[in-house]
Amino acid sequence: MTAGLRRYHAAVWDEPLVQELTRPGARGTEIPPLEPDLRDAVGDARGLVPGAMRRAAPPRLPELSEPDVLRHYLHLSQETLGMMGVSLFGTCTMKYSPRVTEALTRQPFVAELHPYQDDETLQGVLEVVARLEQALCELSGMARFAFQPGGGADAAYLHACITRAYHAARGSLGGRDEIVTSIQAHPCNPATAATAGFKVVTLPLEENGYPSLDALKAAVSERTASLMINNPDDMGIYNPEIERWVEVVHDAGGICFYDHANFNGVMGKIRAAELGFDACMFMLHKTFGAPKAGGGPAVGAYGCSEALAAYLPGPFVSHDGERYRLGEEGPESIGRVREFLGNVPQIIKAYAWVRAMGAEGIEQAANLSVLANNYMECGLLGIRGVTKSQPHLTARRLEMTRYSLDELTRETGVTAIDVQNRMVDFGIDAFWLSHEPWIVPEPFTPEAGEMWSKQDIDYWIAVLARVCEEARSDPETVKTAPHNQVVHQLDPRGLDDPARWATTWRAYRRKHPATG
Amino acid sequence: MSDAGEFAAAPVSAPALGAHPYMGISAPGEVEAMLEEVGLSGFSELFEQIPPEHLLARPLALPPTLRAEADLHRHLDGILSKNGSCADHLNFLGAGCWQHYVPAVCDEIVARSEFLTPVWGTAASDLGRNQAWFEFASGIGELVAMDFVGLPVYSWGCAAGHAIRMASRISGRGEVLVPASIDPERLAVIRNYCAPAEFRGHIELVLVDYDRQSGRLDLADLRRKLSGATAAVYIETPSSLGLIESEGAEIATLARAAGAETVVGVDPISLGVLAPPGEWGADIVVGTTQPLGVHMNCGGGVGGFIATRDEERYAREYPTLQVSIGGTLEPGERTFGVILFEQSSYGSREAGKDWTGNSVYLWAIANAVYLALMGPQGFHDIGEAILMRSHYAALGIAALPGVELRFGSGFFKEFVVDFGATGKTVAEINRALLARGIFGGKDLSTSFPALGQTALLCVTEIHSKDDIDRLVHELGEVTAR
Repeated sequence: MTAGLRRYHAAVWDEPLVQELTRPGARGTEIPPLEPDLRDAVGDARGLVPGAMRRAAPPRLPELSEPDVLRHYLHLSQETLGMMGVSLFGTCTMKYSPRVTEALTRQPFVAELHPYQDDETLQGVLEVVARLEQALCELSGMARFAFQPGGGADAAYLHACITRAYHAARGSLGGRDEIVTSIQAHPCNPATAATAGFKVVTLPLEENGYPSLDALKAAVSERTASLMINNPDDMGIYNPEIERWVEVVHDAGGICFYDHANFNGVMGKIRAAELGFDACMFMLHKTFGAPKAGGGPAVGAYGCSEALAAYLPGPFVSHDGERYRLGEEGPESIGRVREFLGNVPQIIKAYAWVRAMGAEGIEQAANLSVLANNYMECGLLGIRGVTKSQPHLTARRLEMTRYSLDELTRETGVTAIDVQNRMVDFGIDAFWLSHEPWIVPEPFTPEAGEMWSKQDIDYWIAVLARVCEEARSDPETVKTAPHNQVVHQLDPRGLDDPARWATTWRAYRRKHPATG
Repeated sequence: MSDAGEFAAAPVSAPALGAHPYMGISAPGEVEAMLEEVGLSGFSELFEQIPPEHLLARPLALPPTLRAEADLHRHLDGILSKNGSCADHLNFLGAGCWQHYVPAVCDEIVARSEFLTPVWGTAASDLGRNQAWFEFASGIGELVAMDFVGLPVYSWGCAAGHAIRMASRISGRGEVLVPASIDPERLAVIRNYCAPAEFRGHIELVLVDYDRQSGRLDLADLRRKLSGATAAVYIETPSSLGLIESEGAEIATLARAAGAETVVGVDPISLGVLAPPGEWGADIVVGTTQPLGVHMNCGGGVGGFIATRDEERYAREYPTLQVSIGGTLEPGERTFGVILFEQSSYGSREAGKDWTGNSVYLWAIANAVYLALMGPQGFHDIGEAILMRSHYAALGIAALPGVELRFGSGFFKEFVVDFGATGKTVAEINRALLARGIFGGKDLSTSFPALGQTALLCVTEIHSKDDIDRLVHELGEVTAR
């Protein structure tokens, strides 16, 4: 299998920083010149700025021609692997982002919209928002959706804000200061809860691969404001007692938030509201086909029950029978977690994805992504040194599984990070390891999804097999990888040293005068 | 809310199963081969972990499938064509989202699949993207005169919220002074970053009044409200009402004397002509990134940045990720690595600084391209053009009968127009302007009732003299009694 691996080498341009390419006096763009009679009418621009607030020295920005700039950033794009190879980055559901909506959302009827336009001129956008809301309500059973959060973590934060508002409205906020979550929940859940001022109660996993109901009961009290939980978790393990969990939290007076980051394997199968949840979150840049873009623009679409709808952030989209309206929120709303309606282009892309997939396509994608994950397991567990998390749990995992390279590490000294660095030498995007803390030693978490062909998945497995072989035959090659990439392995030493770190060129020049 | 009949329809129009264009794994032969490998004849056993009673017992009711790209395109084009845009109207709306010209090279670069698709990568295999991020941070650093810049956050309001929390942690104090003239949308965001009084980490926001004549911060009120409890003074220049805060240095001095941090919010497009906050006393600078090469996108173009001096007391409070120049195993070779990961929520969950996650990292690349295209001369020219064009518009508007500027000169890009003496409301005027193909300024009569029937008009480098003359002419007609 490994004999057929492709010859690959990343593009290497040895591209300097744009600041180093500067050619004094060169210009990349021109601003429309002032009309002479406009200038005559206004006078001197300098006089329009109070003296103390005038810029004395120009900013040291690069000076390049337009083609210089274009070629520089084209080179940088070519020095970026992204999804040009095969990316099975777990927890992020790497799927195809249809280019038709990239093209459509670049048109002026999306790109050149101002959020405060009269809603008469935003009918198209508002219609898409309403239509997507209706589709997400169908997928979740929730009553309303808000698209303002700029990512999944922002949706988690919105939930923490809504939790505050919900308990404040009941006069019990002071006593309701705990949020319960699991060690396998994404870090954004405890982190946003803490930022909102809550104490975080984190439940450990037990033998079934999820925290026990008894542990939950022991943790929940009259102080419990909310549960924030994902299901399945990112080991592909589904908590079958989740309805009981919700009941326990409800009985104590708390509300329940379903972090649907791992929705791909259960799309069209389960609905958060029917499991009793009060709120949920979908990531339009993961499950719904909007691009990753290196980390946004993203949308964490936040859905909730009718009982929580009054707390949602504004503005609200509604329909009065004739036309769509963009209305202000009511008095109980939490206000805003970000300015404006949301990342409108991503909302349009998600709506388009829903229409292109349809009900049967969405269910098919869930089936295929779980099938692909279980198919991968056959290949991966055939590689010496690879083991599965929670190996005693024999039920088939959902759309992803966490594996461990601990045996390989013990045998060869080659770690999961080394393997990750070596796989990129074959055009395989770095795999996901695990969120902190690592429960499984030397973890890696592939997620096949529905975009990639069987051939792509087989290739990924073959590369891992090859690297595991190398770990035994030539561990140094793996430990010093990558060798076919833009540059060599990052040397992390000094990165966290205040005397050496530099997040800007001006800091670098100051700290490293000889090279800067 | 939309056509309910469409949702109620049973999905029957598309083929039951089979190869879908977006699903590489849906080719029939491959599905069967994989099922065989895992020893199954169908899909249902794959879901053995899920109790049957959890499973949805009916098919999803979604509108008919549009698998053919041509059909999908036609459908979306039909809906989106109902929008009227700032490309087919003359637009004077700003207030947190501004119409600037976006050079074609910015659009070309952010459309590159290599930049559109990465999720995380490594310092070696996604070097190009990380370098572009570093170039973004470097450009912001030059504009604001600060040495330490994080990767972007969701918006200006979110950046201000994080900065206020940073200042509160640094000072150990819980009160933050905020200008009463702040944009209400941004203030609503900031409020959510301040835990309520019942909770630990509570931050109390105290509004500092603005001078009713000049529109600038009322320094007497600032002095009254500054105390040993003040964690930070947050100001903006240009302010939400467009005014250049001419006493920024004095404000920073007062804050420092009280032991408080000075947090300054800026629109970076102004910094070719306005003094960088890092040079007149700011401790933390925040602002928007949208004007720098990102389309408005109905508000979806916004982004925010946080910048400080490169001192540990600040660096160790950042909630963001940030990239630093670093080395590789090859002597002399350069790459870029994430620093201070351990203090992020990824590294330390609830013990980290606030939280981070997906943000607007693609827009940071658009910003980097824009900064490189513009250069120092471009920023000087655009700043001057905005100053001149906005003042030209203000002069023309103020000359109309019954219309006056609420505050004097000394503004950048936006200014407040008082229509009170025309006897017409801003809502009426804007409706009439819309009928003439113009988006008038943002109506301040509800958000700032004390200012009466006023509007915030925004004029940028995209407005030609003819555009402005047309606005003045139409305003003259619609305000005439």
